[in-house]
Amino acid sequence: MAMTMVEKILARATGQKAVKAGDVVEPKVSLAMSHENAALVINQFLEIYKDTGLKPKVWDPDKIAIILDHRVPAESAKTATNQKKIREFVAAQKIKKFHDIRGDEGGICHQILPENGYVLPGTVVVGTDSHTTSHGALGAFSFGIGATEMASVWALGRVLNVEVPKTIKVVAKGKFGRYVLPKDFILYLIGKISAEGANFKVLEYHGPTIQKMPTSGRLTVANMSVEAGATSGIFPPDEETLRYLREEAKVKGPIDIFGPDPEAEYDQVIEINVSELEPMVACPHTVDNVKPVSQVGRVKVDQIVIGSCTNGRLDDLAVAARLLKGKKIARGTRMLVFPASFRIYQQALQLGYLADLVKAGAVVMNPGCGCCLGVHEGALGDGEVALSTTNRNFKGRMGNPKAEVYLCSPAVAAASALTGYITDPRKGGK
Amino acid sequence: MAKVVLKLGDDISTDIIYPGRYMATVLPSETPQYAFADLPEFNSKLKSGQIPAGSVIVAGKNFGCGSSREQAASCLKGYDLIVVAKNFARIFMQNAINLGLRLVVCPEIEAEEGDELEILPDKIINKTSGKEFKVEALPKARQAIIDAGGLIAYTRQRLLARAGSRKKA
Repeated sequence: MAMTMVEKILARATGQKAVKAGDVVEPKVSLAMSHENAALVINQFLEIYKDTGLKPKVWDPDKIAIILDHRVPAESAKTATNQKKIREFVAAQKIKKFHDIRGDEGGICHQILPENGYVLPGTVVVGTDSHTTSHGALGAFSFGIGATEMASVWALGRVLNVEVPKTIKVVAKGKFGRYVLPKDFILYLIGKISAEGANFKVLEYHGPTIQKMPTSGRLTVANMSVEAGATSGIFPPDEETLRYLREEAKVKGPIDIFGPDPEAEYDQVIEINVSELEPMVACPHTVDNVKPVSQVGRVKVDQIVIGSCTNGRLDDLAVAARLLKGKKIARGTRMLVFPASFRIYQQALQLGYLADLVKAGAVVMNPGCGCCLGVHEGALGDGEVALSTTNRNFKGRMGNPKAEVYLCSPAVAAASALTGYITDPRKGGK
Repeated sequence: MAKVVLKLGDDISTDIIYPGRYMATVLPSETPQYAFADLPEFNSKLKSGQIPAGSVIVAGKNFGCGSSREQAASCLKGYDLIVVAKNFARIFMQNAINLGLRLVVCPEIEAEEGDELEILPDKIINKTSGKEFKVEALPKARQAIIDAGGLIAYTRQRLLARAGSRKKA
């Protein structure tokens, strides 16, 4: 029977020859990731073992990753105490893939996993974060779950009662125009199919444009696949996947490369010619409220944010540095930069990108989720407008329900920083 | 009979249900105080006990979209609310089932605040308007978890069964 990517992965993870969409399976987990919400996972994990007479012990400490990123360094005593509890649990359970608040190995979970080679193609990855879809960029079936579900995975090593999802095939062709980036492609797709267009389904990415897209861009697209409701966004692994894993993630062990069957059955097929795209902007307060930048009108911006698990990678910072080098950010507009990891931070430091950004007036923050979800720093004032390369613009998202968030690529964000208004980088930048 | 206490539109995100700034609070016993914190009037009604258990929130499409934060389900479970929506985002639906929060998928639902609903396994009767709306079953994959009374109990059963079979072997 011909299978899609997710069907093939779930067949392997359940030791079956084949599974099909709609089957209920209990796949073995290759990697289980949590961040600060591990504090809740620990609570639920201990609850499972209560009165059983069994000793609470995770199924495999080498398959659990915990990365502190949502509020680093801690903004409150409560957060600091949660982080302390996590450190104690990590030590007691001998969990090694733990990334604490450190300038040599810290960062955002969705960058730490790929850059350390924790994610391999063809495996099942779960994370207590909705943007766990990111790791589909490396050909894994990777999806977000809640804390109680993670506690269950920690106990059993399997995800219970998973319905094999249907798959939407997205075929991208054409060549990106100047200052049109993978972010614009995914924003366009979300606008086209809506915030629930892929709910309970997988988005599987194909086509000549995808083959040429570097892993950093694939991570952006997979990351935001959840904003169309997708369970996961998967890029069948290829030469680029192998290059990234061997050269950048330094994976030494075997890597299993396989794609979907050519005759696999898809729920629908969507074709996109990226040559026709212009830079896109998601307007408040839903991610599918997407317009080409030329149709957004004159919008004054108070805060620009470049970074996050969506667009905090080296090529994102490079685009911003190129546009801002030797220039000044408009007065009345502030710009915050959050590299996705300290590895990227150090690279950007060496290449001079951070100096270019700071000299232009940007504030470079430590790697982490920063202001994206409004819990830590960089909150917006009443009536203020943010333009951000992050992934969500829901009401209240950046800490204030009386503010507005627009989403865009790093090129649009940097060009807009120079003018103080949402600006087309093809016109405003050089 | 269940009364509609809040009517909402499409794409209600977990940032609306449980704002990110309260995410350092994780325990299910402590999250209810921040349910719909950015709708202060409804939040204070909940906190002051004016909303009885079994009351209904009615919403449009894609309720619970966004973050995987389980607080969005545990804060509503704390008041034993029922959420009736045209459909739900995946992670929120799973969190709700895992924690025992009652969800009803009702694609055509029409109801206003103050309406009285009779919620049956296959349909909802809006006693105020007299109209009936078909209810869709929750994903079959989740039924075992619902039957066990939530994922903690279900995982505990599985863990004990496994420990038992190991002992026998």
